[in-house]
Amino acid sequence: MSDEHGSVFDGLLGGDSSQWAFGTDFEDPLAGVDTTTPDGVDPAELAAYCLMLGDDALIMSQRLSEWCSRAPDLEEDIALANMALDLLGQARLLLARAAAADPAVVPALPEGSPVPPEDALAFFRDDRDFRNVRLAEVPNGDFAHVVVRLLLFSTARLALLERLRTSRDHVLAAVAGKGVKEVAYHRDWAGRWFLTLAQGTEESHRRLLAALDALWPLQGELVAAHPLERSLAGAGVGVDPAELRQEVDAVLDQVLTVSGVPRPGRRPWRASAAGPDATACTPRP
Amino acid sequence: MTTIPAEPDLQAAFDATIDRHDRIEPRDWMPDAYRKTLVRQIAQHAHSEIIGMQPEGNWIGRAPSLRRKAILLAKVQDEAGHGLYLYSACETLGVSRAELTELLLSGRQKYSSIFNYPTLSYADVGTIGWLVDGAAICNQVPLCRTSYGPYGRAMIRICKEESFHQRQGYELLMTMMRGTDEQRAMVQESVNRFWWPVLMMFGPPDAQSPNSAQSMAWGIKRNSNDELRQKFVDMTVPQAEALGVTLPDPGLRWNEERGHYDFGEPDWQEFAAVIRGDGPCNAQRLAHRRAAHEEGAWVREAATAFAAREAALRDSR
Repeated sequence: MSDEHGSVFDGLLGGDSSQWAFGTDFEDPLAGVDTTTPDGVDPAELAAYCLMLGDDALIMSQRLSEWCSRAPDLEEDIALANMALDLLGQARLLLARAAAADPAVVPALPEGSPVPPEDALAFFRDDRDFRNVRLAEVPNGDFAHVVVRLLLFSTARLALLERLRTSRDHVLAAVAGKGVKEVAYHRDWAGRWFLTLAQGTEESHRRLLAALDALWPLQGELVAAHPLERSLAGAGVGVDPAELRQEVDAVLDQVLTVSGVPRPGRRPWRASAAGPDATACTPRP
Repeated sequence: MTTIPAEPDLQAAFDATIDRHDRIEPRDWMPDAYRKTLVRQIAQHAHSEIIGMQPEGNWIGRAPSLRRKAILLAKVQDEAGHGLYLYSACETLGVSRAELTELLLSGRQKYSSIFNYPTLSYADVGTIGWLVDGAAICNQVPLCRTSYGPYGRAMIRICKEESFHQRQGYELLMTMMRGTDEQRAMVQESVNRFWWPVLMMFGPPDAQSPNSAQSMAWGIKRNSNDELRQKFVDMTVPQAEALGVTLPDPGLRWNEERGHYDFGEPDWQEFAAVIRGDGPCNAQRLAHRRAAHEEGAWVREAATAFAAREAALRDSR
């Protein structure tokens, strides 16, 4: 075994960390990046906004990763893990950005704890402090549910990230720049499967409609504006989701039309006087 | 007009290719027994990758940090990718992935016995990377030069990725060994559980390995089970020392005369039991795979129906 492939063992005891995927230790994902809060922006608001975007990605990633080793075929297993990894990557940067903008959002841990801020936020917050939309967290259901959920989620997120690329916050702009390419693939994957299930067999058509019926009400929350989002949009840092509504509707209408699926009769739930936070009304699984 | 060569000529050409250590390619003539042996070995290897997603997949939702979660998910995803390359290599021999899947689910084809052991703590994720992937690499590096082209090429890619996994596993254990007493104890306990089953991964002793001689003659296999097991032990002992764990074998010691480590005999009765289906997780692993396959049937049917419809539409235009 002295040929070139035998060398795979050589690095195991060496100190060269450059060949290790994900490094040999935790590294600050924002090292060397300008993390000063843009002028005129409340750091607490920026942090809360990053948590909203980060938690959507984190929880969606967690649900997607539950598909690992359970998908209908190997190709889809790989694709779902890929999307989970993309969103996990976005979540890590956004949680780190939240912590850098306002360290007060990070749960306090005992002095000397080695836990980095992204993990303190992901693992040590109480459930009520998570700011994700419900669409990201409802249990997985069948494959039609994952397709519909991803279509709704990635359509809104892609529209959002495209606009966020010009954010005055350098970190958000960079996260969006990278995320646009990833989420464009997610939307494409979901759109292709939506069409396939819609026109595949009677069973796939029936299951797709059931998933659409179940998840459609949760789509409204993606394009409902929180006062925080309006405020940061005004400051040139965030995006007002209400601005996305038209584009999101147009994309979804196109997918539905091509697939021959009628737009669901129910209207997406939109919070009114009680405020968007009132949408978190179901018990968490 | 081409004439079809007589079988003795074909056999002679095949033998000459093997003797030259050249590759047999899918369109080349090959003896039926060679094809059958390859299908059995590659399929078993592919099934091992797919079943092997489960023990570690068990920890994805509960990984202790976001970085570890990313590493683990990417690794398990790689295993699905390895399964895919190997099923594809097998398909070049005229068997479909669907047929192979049925053979796995009905228990007529096997997968590596190691995946029938449970993962009880996060240290197991590191131990699997270090020892299980390490043993797999030891088995697989020689297969990069195996006589069947598609298999050898798949193995080159797989070995590169496996070596990454091994490093990541070792790095996880290193980190835990630098941690608390409790974490060090977790690593030692995990190594204690995996050591003997890992040694069994190289297969039965040479004297009891019925298929080995023919596989070696055909250049499918390049080293015997015992040679590879020895090589693995020799490589692993210094790594264990650097890590600070004890390998649970009182008979393990350097033999100056042989220039190798002496080590104890794995419990071959246990090995036989696990292969027979009586290991701790055999039923669970197959049930999980079967459930995923059955629950996905309607999706595969939909995709097939949709593709047929699209093809019909294209033809009609």
